[in-house]
Parts: sequence; structure tokens; C-alpha cells
Amino acid sequence: MTTPVILDCRNVWKLYGAQADTFLNTNSSPSSADLEAANLIGAVRAVNVQIRKGEIFVIMGLSGSGKSTLVRCMSRLVESTAGEIRFEGKDLLSASEEELIQIRRKKMGMVFQQFALLPHLTVLENAAFPLDIQGVDKKTREARAQEVVELVGLKGREGYFPRELSGGQQQRVGIARSLAAEPDIWFLDEPFSALDPLIRREMQDEFLRLQNILHKTIVFITHDFDEAIRLADRIAVMKDGIIEQVATPEDLVLQPATDYVAEFTRHVSRAKVIRAASVMEPIDGDSFAGDVSHDAVIEAIADPVEASDLPHKVLEDGKPVGQISRKAVIDVLVGRR
Amino acid sequence: MIARAAKSGWLFWGALFAATWLLSTYSFQLYKALDARWIVRYPKGWEFPLEDHISAFLDWLVESAGFYFFSFRDLTRAISALIEAPYQILRNLLVEGFTSGVGDAAVQVAPALSWIAVIVTIMAIGHYARDWFLSVLVGACFLYLAVFGQWESAMVTLASVLISVPIGVVGGLFLGILAYRVSWFERMLRPVLDLMQTVPVFAYLVPILILFGFGPVAALVATVIYAMPPMVRVTIIALNSVPTEVIEAGRMAGCRNRQMMWKVLVPSAVPTLMVGVNQVIMLTLNMVIIASMIGAGGLGFDVLSSLRRLDIGGGIEAGLGIVVMAIALDRASQAFSERSARHPLEGNILQRHPWTGTVFLVIASTLVLGRFVPAVQTYPDALTITTGPFWSNTMEWINVNFFDTFEAIKTVILQWLLLPVKKFFAGIPWAWGIIATALIAWRVGGWQIGVLAALLMTFIAASGLWPKAMVTIYLCGVSVLIATLIGIPLGIWAAESPRAGRIILGVMDTLQTLPSFVYLIPVVMLFRVGDFSAMIAVILYALAPAVRYAAHGLKEVPPPLIEAGLMSGCTKRQLLWRIKLPLATPHLFLGLNQTIMLALSMLVITALVGTRDLGQEVYIALTKANAGQGIVAGLSVAFIAIITDRIINALAAGQRERLGV
Repeated sequence: MTTPVILDCRNVWKLYGAQADTFLNTNSSPSSADLEAANLIGAVRAVNVQIRKGEIFVIMGLSGSGKSTLVRCMSRLVESTAGEIRFEGKDLLSASEEELIQIRRKKMGMVFQQFALLPHLTVLENAAFPLDIQGVDKKTREARAQEVVELVGLKGREGYFPRELSGGQQQRVGIARSLAAEPDIWFLDEPFSALDPLIRREMQDEFLRLQNILHKTIVFITHDFDEAIRLADRIAVMKDGIIEQVATPEDLVLQPATDYVAEFTRHVSRAKVIRAASVMEPIDGDSFAGDVSHDAVIEAIADPVEASDLPHKVLEDGKPVGQISRKAVIDVLVGRR
Repeated sequence: MIARAAKSGWLFWGALFAATWLLSTYSFQLYKALDARWIVRYPKGWEFPLEDHISAFLDWLVESAGFYFFSFRDLTRAISALIEAPYQILRNLLVEGFTSGVGDAAVQVAPALSWIAVIVTIMAIGHYARDWFLSVLVGACFLYLAVFGQWESAMVTLASVLISVPIGVVGGLFLGILAYRVSWFERMLRPVLDLMQTVPVFAYLVPILILFGFGPVAALVATVIYAMPPMVRVTIIALNSVPTEVIEAGRMAGCRNRQMMWKVLVPSAVPTLMVGVNQVIMLTLNMVIIASMIGAGGLGFDVLSSLRRLDIGGGIEAGLGIVVMAIALDRASQAFSERSARHPLEGNILQRHPWTGTVFLVIASTLVLGRFVPAVQTYPDALTITTGPFWSNTMEWINVNFFDTFEAIKTVILQWLLLPVKKFFAGIPWAWGIIATALIAWRVGGWQIGVLAALLMTFIAASGLWPKAMVTIYLCGVSVLIATLIGIPLGIWAAESPRAGRIILGVMDTLQTLPSFVYLIPVVMLFRVGDFSAMIAVILYALAPAVRYAAHGLKEVPPPLIEAGLMSGCTKRQLLWRIKLPLATPHLFLGLNQTIMLALSMLVITALVGTRDLGQEVYIALTKANAGQGIVAGLSVAFIAIITDRIINALAAGQRERLGV
């Protein structure tokens, strides 16, 4: 892996309770039972994650699993109890109040579950808000706000107030605002959870479209496993404050590390996750019906592969690396593997 | 022994009542038999001279207290000057006009705003705040003031409202922000606010009178002190209810503390803050008459002097003037709190600000026209209508024709309700009174409240105010009882029938916007002075919360429970008694609490119609300018309020816990 690590969390803890600050001094890796005995809640426990430049890193967990607390530790909205967080190589936890303000102004953007728009500002003013806070002059910041508002597809609604928009549109404003200052890292805390399923799907597409243009480093929080697989480059599954597994969607489905992860992946439509490279066989002939990419998911190549008697050639960087037959695709589709 | 008895509820309450009744009835015999006078009278020698200490302290403050460079008196003078200057400008603008030179040599430079200009301005504000309907309503209210000859007084009152409301709002906002930011300041402020809300206004009129002297400034200071606490409270609540995510969004944008407060928190909280502004305005108007006792002019002074002259018509006229003004300002400020940011208009400067333009145009043209046509400047006297004689004649007619009926009603209620209850409370020996109150408080809310109740009641006894406090409790108790008996059925009716509800709740809304003093006028006219009149006025004033909370509580019952009741085959009556009322009890308790608080605040004012309670003590202190006496009696009223508040809140909390809501 050559892509640099942008955000590096090492052994991060966040405890809530009466002696939360001092408890870890006496017991540096307490078990669930230890915490319960001390009347503490372990919202985030011994978390190690490395977020790499340009990836979509999804933290998935049910409510109360600590995922929202973890993302707030990463942005220091919540102070971690222990551990080390390095952002672009610098120690984030020892940053002074002033340094933190500068980091948030220039390098971090965040989208919230309930949109968190300011009710007295228009769409344009909401999007320009982070720049207004930095003291950017009105003309410049409105020009930039106009850009991001158009980027999220709200052109023509610049003068609307948040209450005049639908939920999906409001979240588009939230996204525009978080992008206005051109952040290096983009936190999205359950951005689509408050939306109807149909709108949610539309917003996921929109999100992928934006990422294709912007190539941000993204930490995306969700409780929806399907959303996680759909968007993620890598997924961290969280339970009771602990990260159970960090892996690509495909590895998560093929090699779940714990029963808990397996429970989640059992009902996932595998054809959407498993890629050609995982089910290909060695080449044993020279007549092929066509070519497929090694990282194409089965769902995308199922139709042509199924329709032909001959196998398809699997290519990686233009070179053949294997072949995929009708049987392999059907195996995946019916869940035999 | 006591604890076990306490466990079985009925036994405890029965025994407590029996003991109190026996002691109350036979206290005199007990005193004779034991030859212990202290049983019925708190001994003079045990009294704590807090009164004198407070008075002495105030004297010292005014006479000799000083800081390094200036004395305390300089400080109060500086404050006076700061308030006086803008107030005078407003008076010039609205009433007197601007002059240059002094005395006879004075030359008028510019007249005051014409009545037409003021009405157009207020209509513009009404339209800006909501719509044409509101604009016409507030315009009509102000036109009423002109037509019925109240204009000049009304403008004096408006000037003082325009000074005290901004001071109250800005001061309250800043105190609230400080309390939001600094937790120890909030902890310190909370009991002060509780006390401010329950200490009767009269109590701090005296020290203000001593510090600032008789006049409009003292009245303004008193008004601000009275009207500010709700703004502080509303500010704290409003800031605390800004969603966490919005605050986080601000932090992620990199807000500094100041930016967070003024660009995120305060703007997000504006709708709630406007509720506070409305409260400040209403309380300011509530103070108009009382403030005229220490030197405010205007409508309040007219009411007060009419009352003193027993000029029925004049009192009602000026009182209605205050009511009309209260309605106009209440509706306009309420509309502001419901108004959300709007899109700016397009076009040139006049098209973008049509109202500001119109207002300036009207002001300028009436200024010029007024020089030639006096009717434009001042509403012509010939066209004013006076209703004074009408009211006087009506009252006279009622008194002539219905005197016997009223007298009969009065006598029956006095004989069978007021006097027996009064005798019961007056008979309770003070020592047992303290114990009984403590027992009730302990039983309902735990030992902390029990101890608090005992301490506060002891304070009242030790100040030598026990008998007067008992009169207060008896009058308050009877009035609250009747107000509840009338109010809860009205509330039920309002909740059950939407059409009746609109009318009843509308009337209650209007009753609540009336300044408390106004209630006294018709009551005194019909029933003359005494406990009965006081009771009627208190009932009228304190009725609204009982009705409102009952209606609200019934409406809040979850629909599934009502459906469950219907499907079990409940009749309408069973539905009400078995499901709705039990579930509404926490709300009923809150309503009761509010009723008691309003009753206590009104009781102090009814001292003017001759009750012999704590209110009278405060009122006497005011006339004698005895600060200590006023404050101690005021604190006693506040303590009674605090004890009942704690007990009823504990009851409501217990009930909520039992219902699991």
C-alpha cells in the first residue's frame, strides 16, 4: 500500500463515567466486565484505524456501538480519554485550541445526521457560513458558496431558507457547507439516515458522483450495512466500542472475522460484493466469449457470462489473470459460495 | 411510630387534619389552661429584628457608602441620568415636542409626532410582523386611544415601555448568556430568579424609592427589575435547546467563542427569545399602574388617581386604555416570535422598504400639515368621546337595582365560607403551624423539602408576621379553591368541545394580557372594599392557568389510550373519569401551582381594597417608605409561594412517576 495515511488512530479510548479520566491509568486495557464493575461506559475502546488518502472509509455499527463518538474523537468534538490520533502526521490531541480552530477551518468538513443547518440563513448563506467565520469577504465567499451549491445540484434555490426545502435538499446544503472550505478530510455522520429510503438511494448515488469529482478522504458513519457495502472502499464494523473487523466489503463477506460480522454479512446479496478476481479459475483454454475486469462485481457481469457457453477472460491492467465461467457466476448468485 | 403512620396515607392526613382542627379550635382554652400566652402569640422578645437591620443598611448605603472615587449616591445619580436622557427624548418625541430654551423663554423647535404618524407607524409594524389583519387590529387599538381621549397619557406610558423593554430584553439576554456560559453563575442566579418571581413588586418599590427618589426614573428601574427575570430564564432555556449538532456544526466550521454565540447560538434561538420579549412587554404593562405609585405618569397614574377619587368612569376609561395597549403590543410581539426570516424584496430603495418609506412620508407630511391644520397634529378634542359618565351611570344603575342581590351573595359566602376558613387558619397556634407545614412537605417531597418548609415558616413567625401570613394563606386558599372549581370544568369543556374551546381559551388569553390592577376596578365598584372583593379579584386573575392546564392536559392524553378505552366500551363519562382525568393529573397539578402563584401575586395588590394580610403590610411599608418592613413582608409572601411550589411540584413529580410519563 503506497497511499499515505491521513488520519491515524492508535489505541483510542473514550470512557464515560465518574472516574473516566483516571481509570485507564490503573488498568490500561480493561475488559467489559472491568468497565461495568467500575460503573463506566466504554463508548470507544482500543480503536486502531488508519484512514488513507482518497479512500471512503465506512464505520458501520448499530446504535450505541460508539461509531458517532469515534468520529467525534477524530475531529476532537469529543476529547478522547486515551490514545493517539495523528492527522497528516501531526499529533491532533496535543493541538492547541487555536491550532484546532485553524485545522477545522481549513482541513476538516463534517456533515450531520439532522443536517444542522442554521435556520436564519439562506441556502447560499449556509453554504458560505464556514468562510464567513474565517473572515472571507462577502463577494469571494458567495462566489465559492455558489460553486458548491451548484455542485450539489441546488442551483436556483440559493435564496431559499432551510425550512422551505425537503430533507434530501437540506442535506445537500449540509454537504455543500462542509465542502465550502475545501477540506482535506470529510466526515459524514449518518448523513442519509434521516431520509426516506428512495431519497437515501438517490443521495448515495449523488455522493458517489461527488467523490468521483473530488477524490476526498472520507470517514462515513452508518448503521445501514447495505449502504456501507455500496459506498465503502473499506469498512470497520463496530460493536460495543470495539472494532470487530476492518476489511473491504468483499473480504468482510468472504472472511468474516467474528460471528457478529458473519451475522451481518449472511443476508447480504453476495453478487453485489464479490468481484470477479475472487471466483475466477486458472486459464485452461484459448477460446473466450469476452473480457471482464478483475474488480467488477459479479452482479455487473452476470448477464453476459451467464448467456454464453464459453468462459470470459478476466483482465487486470490489460493482462489476462484467469477466466470466469457460467457456473462460477451461478454459484455466487444462488449463494453456494 | 410517625414513620409507620405516615405509610398508611389516609391515617396520616386524617390525623394531621384532626390535630390541626383541635388545636385551632381550642388554642385559646389551651392558653388559658396552661397560662402560656406564647401558644397563641409569638412572643415579642423572640422576634428577630431583620426589618431594622435592612432599613439601617439602606440608610448607610444612601448616606455614607462610597467607593474610592465616588459615593453610592453618585452611582445611583449616574444611573438615573443614563435612564433619564433617552426617556426624555422619547417623551419629547411622543408627547411634548422639542423645545429650545428654558421656562417662559422656551421656543418649540419641532412638535411631537402627530397622532396620525404614530398610528401609521404601529400599523406598519403590525404588517411587517404578520399581515394586514394584525396591522388593522393594532391600528384600531391606537385609534381607540385617540378617540377616547387617552392619547397623551397613553404616549407617556408608551415612552416608558419603549425605555424599559429594551433595557429588560438586553439585560436579560446578557445575564442569560452569562449563565449559559458560566455554570457557577447560573447556580447562583437560579434561586435569585425564583425569589424575584415570587417577591411581590411592592416590596422592592421601597428600596428603589429610597435609592432613586420619587419620579419616572424610579418607576422605570422598578419596572425593569420586575420584567427582566423571565427574559433571563427564557434566554437560558433557548440557548440550551439549540440542537447539539448545530453547535457541533459551528465548531467544525472553526467558530471562536464569540462567533459561536452571535453567529450560531443566538440566531438559532431567536424564535424562543422572542417569547421572552413578549413576556417582558406584558410584565412592563402589568407594572404600569403599580409604577405610578412611585412616580410614573401616564395611564397608570390616571387609573390610580381615579381609584383614589372613587371616580368610577375615569378609572374604567384609563384601565381600558391600558388593556387596549396591552392587547396591541402583545399581539404584535407574539407575531414577531412566530415570524420567520423572509426573503428581501427586490427593486429600488423605496420598493424594497415600502413601509419605512411610507412611515417617513407620513411623519414628514403630518409635520408640515400639522402647522396649518391643528387636527392633523393633535386629535381634535371636539371629536373625542368620553365613556366616563356612561360607566358611572351603569355602575350606579347596577348598584341601585342589584344592591340587595349582591349583598345577599356576599353575605352568604362570607358567612359560610370565608369566615369559618379564616377562623380555622387564624386559630392555628404558630408552633403547630410550622410543624404541620413541615410534616406535609416531608410527607410529599422528602426530608429536604420538609426542613426547608420548617425554616421558611419559622422565618415568618420570627418576623412577627404570623397572623398576617395566616390571613394571606386563608384568602389565597379559598380563592384558589374556587378558581380551581370553576377553572377545571371550564378546561374540560374547552378540551372536549373544540368550538367552546376556541372561545374559552380566547377569553383566557385576553384575561391574561390584562394588567392585574385592572381586575380591581369593577370589583371594588360592585362589592366595595373587604375580603370578599379581594377574593373575587384574585379568582378572576388566577383563573386562566387552571383552565389552560386542564385543557392542555386532557388534549395531551395519548390517542391510543383513548382508542383503547373506546374499544373497551367506555361511555363518554367513563372515558373522562377513568382515562383522561387520571392521566392529566400532572398537568392539573402544574395548573394548580400556577394558579396559586398568580393568586399570591394578586393578593398583594388587593391590599389596596383593604385586606389585612401580608400584602397590607407591604403596602403600609410603601406608604411609610420603610424599606425593611416591606422587604421582610415581601420575603414572607415569597416564602409561602416557594413552599407551596415545592410541595405541588413534588406531588406532580410523584404522579408522573406513577403514570410513567
